[in-house]
Amino acid sequence: MAITDIKVYAHLTDEDVEALTAELDQIRADIEESRGERDARYIRRTIQLQRALAAGGRIALFASSSRIARVAGTAMLASAKIIENMELGHNITHGQWDWMNDPEVHSTEWEWDTTSPSVQWKKSHNFIHHKYTNVVGLDDDIGYGIMRLTRDQKWERWMIGNPIYNLMLGTLFEWGVALHGVEVTKYRRGEKSIGEVRRDLKVIGRKIGKQVGKDYIVFPALTGTNWKHTLKCNAVANLIRNYWAYMVIFCGHFPDGAEKFTVEEFENETRGEWYLRQMLGSANFHAGPIMAFMSGNLCYQIEHHLFPDLPSNRYAEMSVRIRELCEKYDLPYTTGPLLRQYWQSFWTILKLALPDKYLTADSDDAPETHSERRFGRVKPTPGTPKRGLRTAIRERARTAA
Amino acid sequence: MAGLVKTVTRWTKAPARDVEAPTGGWVNMVRGLAARATTPLLPDDYLSLLNPLWSARELRGEIIEVRSETEDSATVIIRPGWGFARDYRPGQYVGIGLRVHGRWHWRSYSLTSVPEQADDEISITVKATPEGFLSTHLVDGVQPGTIIRLAAPQGDFTLPDPPPDPLLFITAGSGITPIMAMLRSLRARDQHPDIVHVHSAPSADSVIFHDELRELEQQQRGYRLHLQLTQRDGKIELDDLDRIVGDWRNRSAWVCGPTAMLDAAETHWDTHDLADQLHMERFAIAATDKGGEGGTVRFAISDESAEIDGATTILQAGEDAGIQMPFGCRMGICQTCVLPLEEGHVRDIRSGQEHGAGDRIQTCVSTASGDCTIKI
Repeated sequence: MAITDIKVYAHLTDEDVEALTAELDQIRADIEESRGERDARYIRRTIQLQRALAAGGRIALFASSSRIARVAGTAMLASAKIIENMELGHNITHGQWDWMNDPEVHSTEWEWDTTSPSVQWKKSHNFIHHKYTNVVGLDDDIGYGIMRLTRDQKWERWMIGNPIYNLMLGTLFEWGVALHGVEVTKYRRGEKSIGEVRRDLKVIGRKIGKQVGKDYIVFPALTGTNWKHTLKCNAVANLIRNYWAYMVIFCGHFPDGAEKFTVEEFENETRGEWYLRQMLGSANFHAGPIMAFMSGNLCYQIEHHLFPDLPSNRYAEMSVRIRELCEKYDLPYTTGPLLRQYWQSFWTILKLALPDKYLTADSDDAPETHSERRFGRVKPTPGTPKRGLRTAIRERARTAA
Repeated sequence: MAGLVKTVTRWTKAPARDVEAPTGGWVNMVRGLAARATTPLLPDDYLSLLNPLWSARELRGEIIEVRSETEDSATVIIRPGWGFARDYRPGQYVGIGLRVHGRWHWRSYSLTSVPEQADDEISITVKATPEGFLSTHLVDGVQPGTIIRLAAPQGDFTLPDPPPDPLLFITAGSGITPIMAMLRSLRARDQHPDIVHVHSAPSADSVIFHDELRELEQQQRGYRLHLQLTQRDGKIELDDLDRIVGDWRNRSAWVCGPTAMLDAAETHWDTHDLADQLHMERFAIAATDKGGEGGTVRFAISDESAEIDGATTILQAGEDAGIQMPFGCRMGICQTCVLPLEEGHVRDIRSGQEHGAGDRIQTCVSTASGDCTIKI
């Protein structure tokens, strides 16, 4: 039934959580203190690189009758779109760069290069998803209202299409993200009126008009007789960005070990437990510097969820300290190679298409969701080195084997 | 037909709606058309990769030269980028944004250039003050070639054209800067009203524009300078005006200098029932004793609140609570810090004016007047 008492699940006492909170606050303070010219230069250069790639890609496609130009143009354009959405758009609208007091690189001003309007994204993502992370029933990102991603969600007949919805979501990711702003689940529950839905759709429609106009009308028209090639290349660039963004995002909260939580847990939560929920609810994946950059540093999803408004270029150094904390408090730090992490997410999607009677594990002890009940009655053991959650998980795995 | 043209023009310009284009509407038509291909960005965002001044999304400028005036003051010459209107008036100030350690800091300075001059450059003259972080940086640290941000010139402390006659200028220290713009403008326009200029500075060495003032004194018809070097002559008292400028009551007066001097001038002109003739520029915040009684400020989105007295600003309270508040000049002129007031009342600490729910308020010069809620 997902985690209801995060402290018990994490094998931590009140004092432990308090101490952990203080250490995490210290990491935040250190980063805030040291933000400066180096970071500002990083984001400025990223913006320059992204714009140069976009311009280069568009220019190359003027020669899209040539195969080389097509491949090069599409590759540049796809990279530009990926960097814009992940490292720039997502992170800037999180307010990661607001400290620079630069009106051009500010969460209140940035509009990103995708069909989802920034203003709606900020609500559905920055507010809903980051506040209610992985709380079943509150965080709409668990399945986005169209998939079943944890057995804490009751099976319904339409969910048999899980793998198909998954494929469609990956392919049409940009459109899915845009429609996510409508908050369909809220409408279904009667928390949102049809009038509000219509208003939101209008905002989305205007943004879609601009995006579609650019990629599928203006640039094909500008390239004259090559218009068909250009149109195709633009579509492929958007598709590449869609699959990549989808993959990165699915590896953030759906691999095994990214825990789910009950509303009850959320309601009685302290600030320290909020931190803990972010740590246990998120998953990283292994990435070198280039892959990290292309994922908008979301290969550091755990760090991002702990500190969503600190600059992304610092997540790598934060991750060293977070790992040390996990070591110290004997907590799991969920990470792995990208493909393994994705495979786990995908396998969950496949399995959960089926009703619970065909599944072996129950929601107290399943790969994608656990609860404190999996350990029976646990009592945190004070003293160092800690014998905590991570050790307990390992011991259970060993016994099972 | 005319309606159709209007509709098409409006559609063309739509993406460039928020961009200032003083060079004429056609620029924004081109910009708007090109933005169909660059959306969600503007063409400027790409062109500024080639030349940082080729963008009108935010006004920018390049520092061309920093010319030392006195030991602690300098004139900064700036080449403005696209979108900067050159029809500013002498006496107006301009917002300057400078990046220091990755962060943009804003202050406003009087323009000392005049629109009548031949080149397109503008200049400000800055005095480094010990507490002035940015002014010190501008006088001592800034390199030619540095790209800065600009805010459109504004301010009502300007000399009309044609100028009133006769005139009285009273200035002290760096308060001379807007008056210098007026003097230069008069010279450029070849206007010669009767002017008495009373300027105070500690010593001859510390008089900004000393040589130029002396030159004006000799060459400009109708201009008389009274230079009060306070280390030698003592501070000027406004009661002395009768002695220095016998006919001061007949003159339109323009006063710029430290707060104490401005307060004294206000009282002096008031007691002589001549308040209409007095024009002043206040650059420093002088909190009035009307100040709000304080209260609890709630920051709605950040879910923080703070108890403040009537002397603490909402900006300060927000920053103390760890909120990333937008800020700019911190003296109530640049509007960068403006936020919506959701509930309650705030009071402007300069004027004592109250603002109610729904107003967008300048957090840097507002304090709580009872409990209030700010949307951030």
